[in-house]
Amino acid sequence: MTELLRAENLYCERDERVLFNHLDFSLQAGEILHVKGPNGAGKTTLLRRLVGLSWVVEGQLKWHDSLSEQGEKLDGHGFWYLAHRPAVTLQQTPLENLAFAVALHNQNLPSEAIWQALDTVGLRGYEDVPAGSLSAGQQRRVSLARLYLDMPSIKLWLLDEPFTALDVNAVRQLERRIEAFAESGGTVVMTSHHGLTHTAVRELLIGAPL
Amino acid sequence: MMLALAQMMRRELSLANRRRADLANPLFFFLIVVSLFPIGVTPDLEKLSEMAPGVLWVAALLASLLSLDLLFRHDYEDGSLEQMLLSSVPPQLLVLCKILSHWLVTGLPLTLLSPLLSVMLALPGSALPLLMLTLALGTLTLSLLGSIGAALTVGLRKGGLLLTILIMPLFVPVIIFGTSAIQAFVNGMPWVAQLSLLGAIAAGAFVVSPWLTVAALDVTVGD
Repeated sequence: MTELLRAENLYCERDERVLFNHLDFSLQAGEILHVKGPNGAGKTTLLRRLVGLSWVVEGQLKWHDSLSEQGEKLDGHGFWYLAHRPAVTLQQTPLENLAFAVALHNQNLPSEAIWQALDTVGLRGYEDVPAGSLSAGQQRRVSLARLYLDMPSIKLWLLDEPFTALDVNAVRQLERRIEAFAESGGTVVMTSHHGLTHTAVRELLIGAPL
Repeated sequence: MMLALAQMMRRELSLANRRRADLANPLFFFLIVVSLFPIGVTPDLEKLSEMAPGVLWVAALLASLLSLDLLFRHDYEDGSLEQMLLSSVPPQLLVLCKILSHWLVTGLPLTLLSPLLSVMLALPGSALPLLMLTLALGTLTLSLLGSIGAALTVGLRKGGLLLTILIMPLFVPVIIFGTSAIQAFVNGMPWVAQLSLLGAIAAGAFVVSPWLTVAALDVTVGD
């Protein structure tokens, strides 16, 4: 099994409060790492550090060569990062939003593939409606539709609270999708207060339990 | 890569089209300020034509400054900006697309509107091509330099004022060379030197601004 990530001695301080200290963990290819912790424990901050957006967290990160040229920062084409802010532009349609997300990965998919992904997340019939007039859950689905695209270059998902605002069926569908991705060799790091029910996931607990 | 950049450009322009109200603002500002001058200051054509280059330039720059605050704001708020910084397309090029499309929808319309308003200020007709050329260069420079300020202040709730204060000093040379080129031309003196300097500033800004903007965005987003 390949080790995709080794994180050593991570330390994070926010507003003079230590969120976590001496945090070590590793990430193996094909596993699902579930980052858990109470609200404000630093889950999102940790994820943003992993993806290379935030430098609030100190410590060493070493990514596997397949994901990163320099080891420290991920290469843009190999992962999806679903952030707290969903990256859904309200003045654009779901179709345009998804096509743009693909373009940012420097790839080009046939438009059928994009329609198909939107169809899978239950947005059939909403493809050409501005995202601003969709409900919160539907906007979330626009963002999640990225995970249903067939892009072989994507080896890693970093999901920040992916289940927010989804209904029961959509939650179950997403769980299955995450499991399928991991089975096909993909790696997932997610933060969520909702546990995955079926698959074995490794849990990483951060922050002092309240 | 070219495909991704073309898509970025298309996205920016279509978003600008869908947020038309944001863009009408600077144009109306320009129109109103310039047309108030003959009414408020003097109807004397000779005096007006003397002031014309300065008035047109200052008004165009302030108008263009009005829209700078929005350059990254929407993308910052909905999270698209984070994705752009993580993209495998160099973020500097993505930012350059944003800057160029900002100029296409603010600087260029202002430039095209300026001949109409220069009539109101009795600027000699022969100076029109030079006026438009310098304004085109000047507004482009403002979009380029302004994006650095916009990137630094996008994380702040009320960044508009700070943005103006940050950018204005950088802009003083541009306004000096721009207006003096036109004044020199009108007075029959050599004007090429000022125009070349204006072009040099624009070219320099074109090279450094995307890098500085991305560096500033890294700081604002990474906080």
